[in-house]
Amino acid sequence: MAARMLPSEKDPIGPEGTATVSITVDGHAATGILGQSIAGIIMAGERLGFRQTAKLDRPRGVFCGIGVCFDCLVEVNGLSDVRACQRKASEGDVVVTARDPQPRGGAA
Amino acid sequence: MSEVLVIGAGPAGLAAARAASDAGASVVLLDASDALGGQFWRHLPETRPARNEKYLHHGWSTFRALGEALESSPTVTIIRSAQVWAIEVLDGVAVHAMIGEPDGARRERRVFRPDALVLATGAHDRTLPFPGWDLPGVFTGGAAQALAKGERLAVGERVLVAGAGPFLLPVAQSLTRSGSRVIGVLEANRAARLARGWSPRPWQLLGAAGKGLELAGYAAGHVRHRIPYRLGRAVIAAHGTDRVGSVTVAKVDAQWAPVPGTEHTLEVDAVCVSHGFTPRIELAIAAGCELTPNRFVAVDGNQRTTTDGVYAAGEITGIGGVDLALAEGEIAGHFAAASATESVSAPPTAAIRRRRVFTGFAHRIEAAHGIRSGWSGWLTDSTLICRCEEVDFGSMRAAAVATESESFRSLKLGTRAGLGICQGRMCGRTTEELLCALNPNRELSDGAVSDRRPLASPLRIGELAHPSSQNNARKGTP
Repeated sequence: MAARMLPSEKDPIGPEGTATVSITVDGHAATGILGQSIAGIIMAGERLGFRQTAKLDRPRGVFCGIGVCFDCLVEVNGLSDVRACQRKASEGDVVVTARDPQPRGGAA
Repeated sequence: MSEVLVIGAGPAGLAAARAASDAGASVVLLDASDALGGQFWRHLPETRPARNEKYLHHGWSTFRALGEALESSPTVTIIRSAQVWAIEVLDGVAVHAMIGEPDGARRERRVFRPDALVLATGAHDRTLPFPGWDLPGVFTGGAAQALAKGERLAVGERVLVAGAGPFLLPVAQSLTRSGSRVIGVLEANRAARLARGWSPRPWQLLGAAGKGLELAGYAAGHVRHRIPYRLGRAVIAAHGTDRVGSVTVAKVDAQWAPVPGTEHTLEVDAVCVSHGFTPRIELAIAAGCELTPNRFVAVDGNQRTTTDGVYAAGEITGIGGVDLALAEGEIAGHFAAASATESVSAPPTAAIRRRRVFTGFAHRIEAAHGIRSGWSGWLTDSTLICRCEEVDFGSMRAAAVATESESFRSLKLGTRAGLGICQGRMCGRTTEELLCALNPNRELSDGAVSDRRPLASPLRIGELAHPSSQNNARKGTP
């Protein structure tokens, strides 16, 4: 039981594009439909937690889905702090989630 | 040609851009997304066209007409993927934007100096904290909508929708039309309040008949899918280790305090919770616009803010839905163009009339569904309030009680609540309200508010180091 893509043939709105986009997520291959966000591709792979938090080591994933909460931060092609819900996947993107990309603010 | 800059391409911004263009101004429309429509008309990307996209939308033909008019107009420039990160007001308004893929490292830095500015930055969901709300699988209603409409992804197979407000109904509808089974919609308010809020002057709703039909359509969908709609109930906890597996639901009283002994558990693989909306007003604050007592952007009858040449429309002036946003946008665009071109033309009377009708509707939403203070009764000491900095209610209360401080600023610095990377967007207003309630005098008196964000979005230092390109220098300046 999880998040999942609605197959186009069962979709009442009838989406037509079928081009795919392939990325890796923590070294594993993942394929989505061209135009999907990195978050959507990860979630369609039945994974909701994207990272462990810095202080309490708890799992986090997409929460607001519209770029406001910054809970879905991942590393993309070596660049940290990218909102997975906002970034469209590009062919060959290397996504790393298995670290805490949340910057630690304030006095250490 | 005089220039009007519109920030935000949701219903209000699209209507503003169209009206400003029709009134003879040159228009630049900026949006952070790579598509028009905002959150309300979030849709599949161009690479994945759908035959029947309108099935997921209200007012889809209005959106298509606005989008096509703007895209085909020679005097309208649409700049997508443009993240506005600051506004300065010196000699006129300067709008700073980064253009390129979200959170990228090599975006183009641009500065716009329009003759008039329309702010149409919209709102985001406000979700009150509850134990376990940080678990993966707990979403805002907006997240469920964005993934359903933008990607055809259902956030779960067995989903509960909860919170407050009419927005819960379209969330449930999007979910059922994307392959989820919605096991219920829980509205925190009870029937008596909904009746009081919605029906004291029913004749005012006559002009909003379309709105009534829209809501009736959602209700019919609920009946068809046998989705129970329960009043006076709330999700008071989510449970799971790596993801949500169940939630605790309870009856709540008229002030939203959970009623002991009414709790029961429901198995879910996702839960979507929204208690209302928070307007995105940081750019308006940066532009020096005054706010109303309810913390929306104050505007006059022409949608003009208190800052010269700056207009506002849509949810930032009050949560009122798409029809009000379209009317306000049209009025704002019209008068922004008139101010930019220093011309006078006939006022948009039809839009002004629609605004009056739907403003009444907005007041009813607040009266019927607005947040009540008893909700903090479902918090435990370990419930996270600030998600970014992982500040729990117990430590927040300890700091407030120990210091008895009336300074929101010092309480924020002491607890770190609201200081994380979301810049207090998720917890800011909740943190203010909880700290205020915990203070012996029930007030925070330093005047600090969580909405003030001098940098409206996080930037990479390297991007700031690149030179910017100026756009459309103001008349009379080099």
